Amino acid sequence: MDVSDLIETDILQYLELHQNKGLLRFITCGSVDDGKSTLIGRLLYDSKMIFEDQLAALESDSKKVGTQGGDIDFALLVDGLAAEREQGITIDVAYRFFSTDKRKFIVADTPGHEQYTRNMITGASTADLAVILMDARKGVLVQTRRHSFLVSQIGIKNVVLAINKMDLVGYSQEQFDKIVGDYRAFAKQIGFENILAIPISGLKGDNITEKSDATPWYKGPTLMNYLETVDVEDISQNAAFRMWTQWVNRPDLDFRGFSGQISGGTVRPGDRIRALPSGKESTVTRIVTKDGDLKEARAGQSVTICLKDEIDISRGDLIAGTDALPGVADQFNATLVWMSDQALLPGRPYWLKLGSRVMTASVTEIKHKVNVNTLEQLAAKTLELNEIASVNVSVDRVVPFDPYTENKDTGGFILIDRMTNATVAAGMIQFALHRSQNIHWQAVDVNKAARAAMKGQKSCVLWFTGLSGSGKSTIANLVEKQLFALGRHTYMLDGDNVRHGLNRDLGFSDTDRVENIRRVAEVSKLMVDAGLITLVSFISPFKAERRLARDLLREGEFLEVFVDTPISEAEKRDPKGLYKKARAGEIKNFTGISSPYERPENPEVVIDTTKMTAEDAASFILKQLEERGMLMGYRVAEDTTPTA
Amino acid sequence: MAALTNLQRLEAESIHIMREVVAECENPVMMYSIGKDSAVMLHLAAKAFYPSKPPFPLLHVDTTWKFKAMYEMRERMATELGFELLVHKNPEAMERGINPFDHGSAMHTDIWKTEGLKQAMDKYKFDAAFGGARRDEEKSRAKERIFSFRSAQHRWDPKQQRPELWRLYNAKKHQGESIRVFPISNWTELDIWQYIYLEKIPIVPLYYSAVRPVVERSGTLIMVDDERMPLHPGEKPMMKSVRFRTLGCYPLTGAVESTAATLPDIIQEMLLTKSSERQGRMIDHDQAASMEKKKQEGYF
Repeated sequence: MDVSDLIETDILQYLELHQNKGLLRFITCGSVDDGKSTLIGRLLYDSKMIFEDQLAALESDSKKVGTQGGDIDFALLVDGLAAEREQGITIDVAYRFFSTDKRKFIVADTPGHEQYTRNMITGASTADLAVILMDARKGVLVQTRRHSFLVSQIGIKNVVLAINKMDLVGYSQEQFDKIVGDYRAFAKQIGFENILAIPISGLKGDNITEKSDATPWYKGPTLMNYLETVDVEDISQNAAFRMWTQWVNRPDLDFRGFSGQISGGTVRPGDRIRALPSGKESTVTRIVTKDGDLKEARAGQSVTICLKDEIDISRGDLIAGTDALPGVADQFNATLVWMSDQALLPGRPYWLKLGSRVMTASVTEIKHKVNVNTLEQLAAKTLELNEIASVNVSVDRVVPFDPYTENKDTGGFILIDRMTNATVAAGMIQFALHRSQNIHWQAVDVNKAARAAMKGQKSCVLWFTGLSGSGKSTIANLVEKQLFALGRHTYMLDGDNVRHGLNRDLGFSDTDRVENIRRVAEVSKLMVDAGLITLVSFISPFKAERRLARDLLREGEFLEVFVDTPISEAEKRDPKGLYKKARAGEIKNFTGISSPYERPENPEVVIDTTKMTAEDAASFILKQLEERGMLMGYRVAEDTTPTA
Repeated sequence: MAALTNLQRLEAESIHIMREVVAECENPVMMYSIGKDSAVMLHLAAKAFYPSKPPFPLLHVDTTWKFKAMYEMRERMATELGFELLVHKNPEAMERGINPFDHGSAMHTDIWKTEGLKQAMDKYKFDAAFGGARRDEEKSRAKERIFSFRSAQHRWDPKQQRPELWRLYNAKKHQGESIRVFPISNWTELDIWQYIYLEKIPIVPLYYSAVRPVVERSGTLIMVDDERMPLHPGEKPMMKSVRFRTLGCYPLTGAVESTAATLPDIIQEMLLTKSSERQGRMIDHDQAASMEKKKQEGYF
């Protein structure tokens, strides 16, 4: 008897069977006209997931906007948003659900056209298997190679090659064999382990759920049959034990547990674990769930773990089995897929989220980007939307990780823009960079506080930002003179001066501007460490880089001075004649004219130069320093307090 | 070792999502609609934080037009599971006496639910709200993210949604923005029922068949739940054995004739039925692509 007959005859037995049903998540990839939506619509239809009211709507829609001359247009079942319907294309990732007697399926439906690599990577990240569609008339296209390459990068090992529209080539075995042969030659390059090719017609239903009489030469399973039975190896089950701490569970003083979803392997009470990055070890005492304590938990389960010792573990820490430990590093190589309209700028700080850990990170180097159509490696200074590259990433503190190929949860990360909060990239860690393991901070007894105290001051950075010609350097010079007169120890870093030396190799592209500021920020950090009051006078047009400089220092050590001069006024002054040149097109990327200036949101000091002279501005800044206690050292004589 | 079952995977995923929100957001709330999906959400929340109590309140955006049995269930569940229960009724709608009979389903839903939800979010300054929407419910929902961002004006912009990779959810947001989070996005209607059956989760009795007073309006059976229901001249409530596949405002929720009185009966009927779950909801049929439009305006 067919299992579905049980629905009518023995619902209880049916329910019991279905409680033990597994889940397969897969992605369908294909080009615009490969018939992807039609195939998914067909799978839903054939697995009886379409209800009568939906069918009625489908029939009327098919007549109105269908492309099948009044016949049922299955593609209409899956095209969701109103705008897409009008354009006749899917523009995002959609998730579809259907189930058969053997499995439940979640299909990630992603669009095929060029600009949407981002959606495909997103859909593939949670898939166990990929169905790659090809038009039997066209064979292996550039898009097929691209989809296959992306699928291989995201780590999917199981691939179904669905050669669609066989009805339009007269169900020719010769054509089928040729396409499959071409594909296999290509697939070797990208390391697919398990490929099954099936001749189908989404429109006519050949080899979807029923074996087709039109392809007697094809001896393999139907698409549905294969999806129901394929054994997708879950690498996380056999991996080493890993669990990111999501949340510390502390209902009262007697209970302290660590909640998370297990990312790899199994855990039992009595197992020895290590918390990373702290490196502290303990033993598992309980695995707690509301349904009772477990004797064993494994990859995929959400649990709460209790430990024997009171070791310090918080959100973002990785709990790992001591038998196979993850790596710990602050620099690593990764494959990066860029997903934002705003290009990647090396050196710019982003948030990096790996597991439950969020850190500041930057891309230090783009090793090469990959042309996804030819797999050719190309040099790159920046990455645009939908580009994929091998990069080096640096994080602001050490982080535990595994290579992505060993564990997706401890090797896959996202980058988040710190201004817009958008998710801008997906990354897959390949390996740690050795140099990060060899740098150890020297703990020195003569420290920042000691150096600053000797100079009778608190060291800090006064970061002057504003348009070219706003008066930054003039004011900064006056401030330094006054500080010098008060016996303070200062140093001035000026845009022009630094560009003649340390940064002479940098130009004025966005990428170089970011690097320019990064270096200056690092130098000013060293100066603060040396106990100096450091004056930095740089246009520094981007919020993100000013934020980077701020984050390098402690709270209160960074004072942003916004020299607020309107562009019209700065252009009128034009002390170096630069605006004139920029207007004449002789200078490219000139801030305020051909490159943006992002105004500070919460600067510590604002100077409006249209209302204040440079001298008044300098005195005002000194007063600010005094009020913040930066000048209150033992050498301050009462009579040297500056007059405002 | 056998792989985790479909339901085990779904449960673990939902728990993971709830914990992420609690860890990354400042002031989350769980939307409580008292239906079967909400019942599953409550059950999952109790599991996610055990032995702690779920660290967020429940919010019911009330329209005053829910079934009586739903109000009873609401009080019972909040007490049993130890949740703080917040009920918000749009004062403007109260004052104007907005109801589905005089104002139509579109206006009723907009003012009570859409506006009411915005008011409650602003009033309590919630920065994240759990909702029980599922991707299989409706076409435009198939593309909905699990973390769905709303501007400070509570608008949903389908072009500004963030890609969601692996299990990594980006919960960063600006002041005033909020997130709607859908932990049961990947559950289907059958999954929900099967889980309720397996876990013995209490649900509103209206889901089970009983003889109830109904009238037929444009082919839909509407239950006469209280005396506020205006009867047409000559219209008399009929006593029929009916049940509900979804629950909402009683004048807007169609009943189906049924004798399914147990959970297995309900599941059996659902599997054999030929019409989709949302068909009983009038708000989806107001206009083409209506759910999507409502979402852009701030309806959940």
